Amino acid sequence: MKNLSSSSKKARADYFTYAGVTIAFIVITLLRNAGSLNRSQQGLLVPICCYIVMAVSLNLTVGILGELSLGHAGFMSVGAFSGITAAMSLANIIPSTALRLAIAMVVGAVCAAIVGFLVGIPVLRLRGDYLAIVTLAFGEILKELITCLIVGYDSNGLHVIFNVNGSKTASDLNLLEGGRIIIKGAQGATGTQTIASFTAGFILIMITLLIVQNLVRSRTGRAIMAIRDNRIAAESVGINITKYKMIAFVTSAALAGAAGALFGLNYSNLTAAKFDFNTSILVLVFVVLGGLGNIWGSIIATVVLYILPEALRGFATYRMLIYAIVLILVMLTTNSPQMKLLLQKLLPKRKEEEING
Amino acid sequence: MEFLAYLVSGISLGSVYAIIALGYTMVYGIAKMLNFAHGDVIMIGGYISYIAAVNLGLPTLVAVVCAMAVCTVLGVVIEGLAYRPLRSAPSLAVLITAIGVSYFLQNSALLIWGANPKSYTPVVEGTLKLFGGQLSISNVSILTVAACIVIMIGLTLFTSKTKMGKAMRACSEDKGAAQLMGINVNRTISLTFAIGSALAAIAGALLCSFSPALMPTTGSMPGIKAFTAAVFGGIGSIPGAFLGGILLGIIESLARGYISTQLSNSIVFAVLIIILLVRPAGLLGKYVPEKV
Repeated sequence: MKNLSSSSKKARADYFTYAGVTIAFIVITLLRNAGSLNRSQQGLLVPICCYIVMAVSLNLTVGILGELSLGHAGFMSVGAFSGITAAMSLANIIPSTALRLAIAMVVGAVCAAIVGFLVGIPVLRLRGDYLAIVTLAFGEILKELITCLIVGYDSNGLHVIFNVNGSKTASDLNLLEGGRIIIKGAQGATGTQTIASFTAGFILIMITLLIVQNLVRSRTGRAIMAIRDNRIAAESVGINITKYKMIAFVTSAALAGAAGALFGLNYSNLTAAKFDFNTSILVLVFVVLGGLGNIWGSIIATVVLYILPEALRGFATYRMLIYAIVLILVMLTTNSPQMKLLLQKLLPKRKEEEING
Repeated sequence: MEFLAYLVSGISLGSVYAIIALGYTMVYGIAKMLNFAHGDVIMIGGYISYIAAVNLGLPTLVAVVCAMAVCTVLGVVIEGLAYRPLRSAPSLAVLITAIGVSYFLQNSALLIWGANPKSYTPVVEGTLKLFGGQLSISNVSILTVAACIVIMIGLTLFTSKTKMGKAMRACSEDKGAAQLMGINVNRTISLTFAIGSALAAIAGALLCSFSPALMPTTGSMPGIKAFTAAVFGGIGSIPGAFLGGILLGIIESLARGYISTQLSNSIVFAVLIIILLVRPAGLLGKYVPEKV
């Protein structure tokens, strides 16, 4: 009986998450239509959606799978630039921006999933610190590779140059009349049509939640969490470790790719340098502060931490410093034995509830 | 001659990596944690020696000693406040804390010294010309290589001959057993952090002499590359860190010269990935199977 009630409680929590996000979307849309949001506040909406998806998907790797990925921004970057390429080159064929945005996000997700799979093959053989540092390395490699890309489009199709030693420029693409350059190496994507919309962001968040929460509650999800809790025990009951790790990792990468595509199509200029190590850490802060493995927590933490610096001017200078302190303090309070004892003394009631519940 | 020039710059760059990697490898060997903040201690060392030399007008050697003192204290404080409470925590928690410390140092430096790069004066000036001026080696390079070799030999002797060094090795083998033998484990780990941070300060001064732009992010990339070097040579092994650092420097310098400047970091990281897959224990490391 106890298991039954706890699983229905979890399912209820899932519905609360969907309901919460939907209500937030409706409220913000109403506010927007009533004209109570100013330009800068409206500009925050799409990036917040992207970062929520990033945080939820990173939580799948760090919280549910239990492996620290420091290259999550790399997948976002792959999604962003492949999504921009798709959206820009289909501009003449598909006039509907909503459909193009959807295709761009799917392309972004697929490209990021492929890269995630290729990266996952070596990475998921490693463990712990080594895995973390290799994901970091891959994030940097992806950033440098994208910086070398020059992509253009004309009536003959896509032209791609890989600019290894910096000797090539956009004119080497030999585009026909009417063609346009989509990605200009280190300058990144310029002149992108900004077709991203808040509604698309909301739909992407809902899809992400649907995928992640159903994955977590499924047989696969339980296998993934078993690997996190005890790898050797999981392996000895016949769980294929590499397969389940790969499922979690690739899903996480694909969602990050879709978020990247949406993010990329929200700005007319975007460079690969935007998706550096700092962005990966930013998302990690959202996940850690929201609570490892807690999806709802990731969403709240992302919204709060994204709006706070914008709301409080002057805070912006200290933003990263405060994030750093937050990271350290959260880890110390949740993992240090002395701190745990202290918390138990301070919050005796809550502890009792936990034991009884 | 071009090849020789790349080789020389690779060896001197590699020596800086090796000094950083020595600090990394000792800390990893004993505390079994990836001290992400090591690269930022290098940056702090660079700034302290810059301030001591330029603002206070102290001689270079004294400035570097000042930096070493500050970094030693910093290393011990970081270990005591952030890492010691997490000694029994899962490695994910320790790693995230280390990233937090790294960010804290970088952003503190940003607030204190600003984002504009400071132009660092090399610790020694001048170049040595060989083959009738065809090959020039800067004195900084020679000093770096010499410093690296001296430090490597010194550390090897320290860990094999002295009592504290033996205690360090005992702790890295088995902390519980070491404690039963009367070794103060916490003090030994603190000492390791102190040595590692002092080395980071030296590395900071030398690194900034090579690429004179000193910024709050100066240390992070060399820090990660030095970790790569430590893994390359076999983590926990002192001669391994030296060898790994030199080889990595040469690979980076040749890649930059012959393949691509833009992709040189990618090539270094690709080396890391290949080594971890093919020989996870590194060149000189021992493979320790996991006990179930």
